[in-house]
Amino acid sequence: MRHLLSTADLTRDDALLILDTAAELARISDRPMKKLPTLRGRTVVNLFFEDSTRTRISFEAAAKRLSADVINFSAKGSSVSKGESLKDTALTLQAMGADAVVIRHGASGAPHRLANAGWIESTVINAGDGTHEHPTQALLDAFTLRRHLRDGEGDLTGVRVTIVGDVLHSRVARSNVLLLHTLGADVTLCAPPTLLPVGVDTWPCTVSYDLDAAIADADAVMMLRVQLERMNAAYFPSAAEYSRRYGLDAQRMATLAPHTIVMHPGPMNRGMEIAADVADSERSVIVEQVSNGVSVRMAVMYLLLGGAESGIGGIA
Amino acid sequence: MSDASEMRAVLEAADVARALSRIAHEIDERTKGADDIVLLGVPTRGVALARRIGARLAEIQGHPIPVGSLDITMYRDDLRLKKARALLHTEIPTGGIDGRLVVLVDDVLFSGRTVRAALDALGDIGRPRMVQLAVLVDRGHRELPIRADYVGKNLPTSLRETVRVQLAEHDAEDAVLVGAVTA
Repeated sequence: MRHLLSTADLTRDDALLILDTAAELARISDRPMKKLPTLRGRTVVNLFFEDSTRTRISFEAAAKRLSADVINFSAKGSSVSKGESLKDTALTLQAMGADAVVIRHGASGAPHRLANAGWIESTVINAGDGTHEHPTQALLDAFTLRRHLRDGEGDLTGVRVTIVGDVLHSRVARSNVLLLHTLGADVTLCAPPTLLPVGVDTWPCTVSYDLDAAIADADAVMMLRVQLERMNAAYFPSAAEYSRRYGLDAQRMATLAPHTIVMHPGPMNRGMEIAADVADSERSVIVEQVSNGVSVRMAVMYLLLGGAESGIGGIA
Repeated sequence: MSDASEMRAVLEAADVARALSRIAHEIDERTKGADDIVLLGVPTRGVALARRIGARLAEIQGHPIPVGSLDITMYRDDLRLKKARALLHTEIPTGGIDGRLVVLVDDVLFSGRTVRAALDALGDIGRPRMVQLAVLVDRGHRELPIRADYVGKNLPTSLRETVRVQLAEHDAEDAVLVGAVTA
């Protein structure tokens, strides 16, 4: 496998290889010398058509720690705002000799198009496409879950994860459901019916509309951001009502089992889906998710670009 | 790689034990009983060897010897010639390597490229006051100006042969085997 487009493409063994590699790479972050020579002379382009803070910085840090050259490209201030097509942008990157393109795009399927249209020869890594997938986020979530609930080893068999909130607009939720299921976890989605996508009943997970019941025996609760920028209709009566029924506040957090961790992919709407004192509590692993993201992205880039052929999947 | 049954043993378990014991004594002698020795094994079998030499050296010197492992995968010069490989474990003992005498331990010294990679990896972790190399078998055919300080067995081989070190930690029993390259 030359690209990372969807967590559906990862077998259990592929996912474990990425997590184990990330675990070794995480230890390098504790050293005074945080750089490896592995991708010296390779060029990684961060192609971001949507705003992003942590994902772009995380990919940039990961590529730089592996000694790759990084070119950041954001749609704002580029020829894209003059109307350049994805194809022409891709041909430009190909001409510049990019070895990997990390793409975030508002349109679901854009990374797939970039990888398979024959415009470029680079490896393509999906950094979030529309409401479709965000595979490296799911991998860093799995890494964080494994570290806290399985001592950092093996898969996630029997781990109960409840994902709460705006599933409809969330690429994080889809990638997580697929990956966590592959790794053996039991996933429950909890959201108002208006914020669940059509066809969610075919996903490998259970669905609940009752937050208190859904988090009662969870090992981890993952709160999703309410994506107001993608909402052009009324999905719930008011922010206050959403927060009351589907928000995680201190009172609800107190009902969780003692070992249960609270996650959020960020950026958070404090006071909306998650209360500030929950986000800053000892259960919260939200800041750790960010640092784990660098290790996981290093692992993905090393395995896809480090050798003559990809270390992920049976066929290159 | 050849089947173990078609290979002939050049060192048996007792020979391996004697060789490692001698290496431990030589380290003590050559370093004049230095008390800042750190043994770092190159995975996989170098780590098991480092542990054994460390245990023997601890008996000789009367204090525990820090033993760790150093994965060199990311520093290999043939990384881009092969499929991307899984990383092995790096474990630097508490106390680190700065200003200490590091002895790298590997099972077979061949081209010397693994050792070169290990020296590069070491440079990113710290600055030892000295680095030495201990190997169970030196089979010759160096491609770089590298030599071992401590050698269990010098084993002249042809490039058509394979050398395999078996250790009880990973295999049925301790042995060093030599066999013809099959295809």
